[in-house]
Amino acid sequence: MDQLIRLLTLQDANTRTVLLGTTLLGVASGVVGVFAVLRKRSLVADAVAHASLPGVCVAYLVIGDRSFAGFMLGAIAMGLLAGGFIAFVRAATRTKEDAAIGLAVGGFFGLGIALSRIIQSTPGGTKAGLDGFIFGKAASMVSTDAMLIGVVAAVVLLGCGLMFKEFRMVCFDREFASGQGWPTLRIDLLLMGLVCVCTVAGLPAVGVVLMVSLIVIPAAAARFWTERLTPMVLIAGVIGGMCGLLGTALSATLPAPEGGLSRGWPTGPVITLVGTAIFVFSLLLAPERGVVAVALRRWKLRRRIASQNLLRSVYEHLERGGDLGGAWTPEVLNSASARCLPAAKRAGFVEPVGGGLVLTRAGRAAAARVVRAHRLWEMFLISGASLPTDHVDRDADEIEHHLSPELLAQLEARLAAEGRLPAGVPRSPHETTPAPRDAEVAGP
Amino acid sequence: MSALAGSSATPQTPVVDVHDVTVAYHRRPVLWDIDVQVPAGKLVAIVGPNGAGKSTLLKAVLGLVPLASGHVTVFGGTLRSVRRRVGYVPQREAVDWDFPITVSEVVQMGRYGRLGWVRRPGAADREIARECLAKVGMEAMGERQISQLSGGQQQRVFLARALAQDADLYLMDEPFAGVDAATERVIVDVLRGLRDIGRTVVAVHHDLQTVPEYFDHVIMLNLRLVAAGPVGATFTGANLQSTYGGRLTLLDQAAEAIRTGTVAEH
Repeated sequence: MDQLIRLLTLQDANTRTVLLGTTLLGVASGVVGVFAVLRKRSLVADAVAHASLPGVCVAYLVIGDRSFAGFMLGAIAMGLLAGGFIAFVRAATRTKEDAAIGLAVGGFFGLGIALSRIIQSTPGGTKAGLDGFIFGKAASMVSTDAMLIGVVAAVVLLGCGLMFKEFRMVCFDREFASGQGWPTLRIDLLLMGLVCVCTVAGLPAVGVVLMVSLIVIPAAAARFWTERLTPMVLIAGVIGGMCGLLGTALSATLPAPEGGLSRGWPTGPVITLVGTAIFVFSLLLAPERGVVAVALRRWKLRRRIASQNLLRSVYEHLERGGDLGGAWTPEVLNSASARCLPAAKRAGFVEPVGGGLVLTRAGRAAAARVVRAHRLWEMFLISGASLPTDHVDRDADEIEHHLSPELLAQLEARLAAEGRLPAGVPRSPHETTPAPRDAEVAGP
Repeated sequence: MSALAGSSATPQTPVVDVHDVTVAYHRRPVLWDIDVQVPAGKLVAIVGPNGAGKSTLLKAVLGLVPLASGHVTVFGGTLRSVRRRVGYVPQREAVDWDFPITVSEVVQMGRYGRLGWVRRPGAADREIARECLAKVGMEAMGERQISQLSGGQQQRVFLARALAQDADLYLMDEPFAGVDAATERVIVDVLRGLRDIGRTVVAVHHDLQTVPEYFDHVIMLNLRLVAAGPVGATFTGANLQSTYGGRLTLLDQAAEAIRTGTVAEH
């Protein structure tokens, strides 16, 4: 814990630079990832990341020493080769894009693993630190590495800022953009180029296997919080930055498992876990799109429908008796409506009298509104949609709960134009039969 | 074949001149030796059965598909020189309607061509977007996210985006597909408004019943050009029969042979 605090308070110069570098990397990956995800090209980033491992190996074999810049060049060259391979397989054969990406991921990564094993079996080969490139090892970074990452991140952010309009257009509607004369292929390539540069820059910190998660997760999580692109980009940037910062800090401070990894945790998995946690949080708790919010809305809707059904059942029961102020018992309700009885009492619609229940004045007014909407809709269905009278009850049941005041006003205007708008609650266009108890309720 | 036999009716040069165009996907021809001209200031329907190459003809004019042979001129020049004067309304299904973008932002895309690289739409562009939304009866919905729209409203947004481009020629891919009656009315009014100020509209159209009511000219297509010209003279039972009455099987077989690379022995 002390160590984490010391880390986050940036007391050590090298740590400070490394943390700043991975944070910037996270911000840039989150931002460019939004466009990659919206363009449905995020897996290309995965292919490029995996393909860069053999590039790093070849660079080591050529240079004969660990050189960050050399590794980056090798990674970029091999990443381009993988991109070209995917494009070629897609264009020249009938192989679909997902299969082509799978081929590239597997083929290049397999080659990379083989090369790295060969290098590590040579004398002095382990000092290449190639294992760090597989799962990421921010701890092995020096401040010049971090500065290079910072420069790449700045370039990526600048590119996304300048090309915001063009990227948005190509992501949303590429054909329209082409029709307007934009060089969409070049815009696409520029976007993928920024994704690739960002991916490669992140390799020493995050590793080839999990780099794609730093591109995809912030965008996927940010989408839950907004319906617009500008906020989505900003939120994804913040989430990406948090992943980079927290992931690096945690991986450096978590105690290494017994007899396990030589020095702390690999950074990539920790960054990915932080991101996944943020994603799950967003998925569950985002205000509009979150799972909880959606479930709550559905539950409220069901409650409203059940309480409207309660009022209508009671109203129609009393209507048959000829006295809306009369007493009734819960027997007239189906079980879904009966469950709403306490809520209807709290709302002041229903009150107990003697052994039974009565509708209050407010309850009678509310019930009249519900029944009126239901019957106006039935009248419209019979005349406007030419449904037979014995079919309209079910259909009216489903729609009347969703009739907005505007829609109801339209309905009234239409019936009024036909001279059929009744004052008050119209008679039912068909025989009202007592609602069969529990007919529409299955299960508890 | 001179596509518009009655071209004396249009003294100006045609807005679009498609000359001997063949288009092939994966070697299979989907448009074969098309010669057709579009006169200025008319509403032109492209009709034909499924797979007749209607959308492909629009895309060929827009340069979105490579031509196997032939060439297209627009306003008497190459497409490249007149891009900004050509507006395109793609099929509604072509985009992801859950994209994080508002109605107004989609319509502003119509202005992007004029803005050029990097520059963002300004207050004037937003005002034009608002006006164009008003023309399709959606001025109140500018700030909605596009996933909240009905099918008809989606089509109107695409139309408003094209209007924002202020083009002289509009190419529309099935603007009437799957829209409600109110939207159909709005689209027809917008098209007529465009014609009244001298613009030209070419639209892929599926509903044969409304062709005479909505359009002035018709291009009847089935892999090859069947007929083209003013609706009154061209949209005849005989031409409909040869457009829809079964493909020419010989052409079909030839296309299949080309696709599979079968070489005949002579």
